[in-house]
Amino acid sequence: MNVLETFRTGLEAVVTHRLRSGLTILGIMIGITAVILTVGLGEGAQQQVSSEITALGSNLLTISPGSTTSSSGIRGGFGTASTLTLANATALDSKTVAPDIGAVAPTSSESESLVAGTTNWTTTVVGTWPSWLTVRGRSITQGRFIAGHDLTTRADVVVLGSTTAEELFGARDPVGQTVTVAGLPMSVIGVLNTVGSSGDSSSTSDQDDQAIVPITTASTQLFGGTTRNSVSDILVQATSSSTLSAAYQEANAELLSLHGITTPADADYTITPETSLVSTATSVDKTLTVLLGGIAGISLLVGGIGVMNIMLVSVTERIREIGLRKALGATPRVIRRQFLVEASVLGLLGGVLGVGLGLLGAWILPHFISDPIRISAAATAGAIVVAIGIGVAFGVYPAGRAAKLPPIDALRSE
Amino acid sequence: MTTPERPTGSPAIGGGAARPPLTLDDTSEVWLEPTGRHPALDRPVIEVDEVRKTYSNGSLEVEALRGVSFGIQSGEYVAVMGPSGSGKSTLMHILGCLDVPTSGSFWLAGEDVSTMSEDELAHVRNRRIGFVFQQFNLLASLSAWRNVELPLIYAGIDRSARKERALAALDRVGLGDRIEHRPGELSGGQQQRVAVARALVTDPDLILADEPTGNLDSVSARDVLDLLEELHRSGRTIVLITHDADVATEAERVMRIRDGEIFEGDLADSAAGLP
Repeated sequence: MNVLETFRTGLEAVVTHRLRSGLTILGIMIGITAVILTVGLGEGAQQQVSSEITALGSNLLTISPGSTTSSSGIRGGFGTASTLTLANATALDSKTVAPDIGAVAPTSSESESLVAGTTNWTTTVVGTWPSWLTVRGRSITQGRFIAGHDLTTRADVVVLGSTTAEELFGARDPVGQTVTVAGLPMSVIGVLNTVGSSGDSSSTSDQDDQAIVPITTASTQLFGGTTRNSVSDILVQATSSSTLSAAYQEANAELLSLHGITTPADADYTITPETSLVSTATSVDKTLTVLLGGIAGISLLVGGIGVMNIMLVSVTERIREIGLRKALGATPRVIRRQFLVEASVLGLLGGVLGVGLGLLGAWILPHFISDPIRISAAATAGAIVVAIGIGVAFGVYPAGRAAKLPPIDALRSE
Repeated sequence: MTTPERPTGSPAIGGGAARPPLTLDDTSEVWLEPTGRHPALDRPVIEVDEVRKTYSNGSLEVEALRGVSFGIQSGEYVAVMGPSGSGKSTLMHILGCLDVPTSGSFWLAGEDVSTMSEDELAHVRNRRIGFVFQQFNLLASLSAWRNVELPLIYAGIDRSARKERALAALDRVGLGDRIEHRPGELSGGQQQRVAVARALVTDPDLILADEPTGNLDSVSARDVLDLLEELHRSGRTIVLITHDADVATEAERVMRIRDGEIFEGDLADSAAGLP
């Protein structure tokens, strides 16, 4: 009996016993759907969180003045002057010096009082340059951001956060208006996008309540004093999260040489990677995915045991048929194959339908719940493989039992 | 399932003390079967020599067959008759290669079946034996011709040839117009005729009918017995197992079995000219 005939016989048995086959397929289908949806939910959440973190500016190194020592924490730079300068930032921005650094944004910020007409609002004024937008992962909703010529001309321009703009101008269009910053009239050229309060108490300031000015304007006309050429932070963005440590090395090496420091432990600055937040969030989500995947796996296992039960029942209720087939010349191997084909076909059908239902669910469900579902190709392929595997694995035992039945006992049974 | 011990000194095919000597001269007297095999290959279809079958049920041993020996020639129509518990079912299982003897040898169409493996037995059942059961044993989900073609599937015959042979066999039993009917749509007599067609379709050396009329009314029973008689006349070897004396008289020769022993109608008696 060739393979084709075995398949035909197995398929016929599936079609003949429609109800039983349907129930088996349903069991596997639900298991597979559960796997796809739960893994999809987990991965969706993971992706959402990591994209939110990316939006905040991941791959980010913050270089701050002062150094850490093992005993006394942060040691301030001498006097009130920052050890970091605009020249340092410019040096780091060079592709030849630091190929793994994508963008550099020096910032120097101070709290200042902003006045527009009769309205007075105190906020953080940040002096920086154009790539701040990239580094911080922000965008402009109205007007434009600070450009290169604003820096060279030390233009009196300001870009407002959405909250700041609303506090100062209410519903009016802020672009083109004049706001007085620390006594200096500046014209509003743009408004930043709204990122919403992060709700994270550890974050230093509200991302939507700030005023961005060209760093040259800030250092010469707003902040004054010893901060003239120094900056309070240099934000460094690596080209990708995988090059973050390379970017760290490059920044560190360059700054050590610029500052004339030979021993790295004596560095008068600190480089802090912002990956800890990302990795914490990611690991939480991985745990979630593993948990959901585990639940899905268990449901798949239960489905598999269901298949085995049904196959065993099928063997029992078809003892006479098996006996007859053996009496007519079917060898144990042929009987075993017939049952294996049956089980595999059921597994495959259940798997394919389960994937279909899973994809449908992944498409419909996000319309009703807020969480995104990300279909994982690996999980889908894995689920199909597991479904067929379940069919085969849980079909082997019943098939073996069926094949071993002595034909006379089988024929005699009622 | 017990594995029988190979009888010591059991000969390979074509020789042995237990076998009647085969010479070319014998062939002239052997009826030529319609299968087209050369008569020289024909020898007694069944040779049973000192076959014993013991079932052990825990410490209790039941001896179902206590050393039976007989032969059945090609083209014979033999009834094996005995009350229930006589061992006739056990004998039928051994003749049908559904079970193997505990000791003794059983030759079917020149092959020693008593030492065969399970796969070889399946092969012998497929090629050499056509079964007709009391319970018909048709698959309810398959049409008449699909039931008849079943043994041909296991013989590895291709689909078109199977259908042709199945239809011919159904025609032979007078059901040429019922080929697409399922067993549930046929009367008991018709179902048993489908079963006979299935037994015929492989062109077996032996048709083994186990109480073929046991589940039929008298009219249908007559019908099936007439069909067997007709097959016998066309040269088939038929062994009919029954407890019914009236049914047994249909056969040319009756072997009576009681308490695991044949006490009447074995080959020696037949040769001695008993009815």
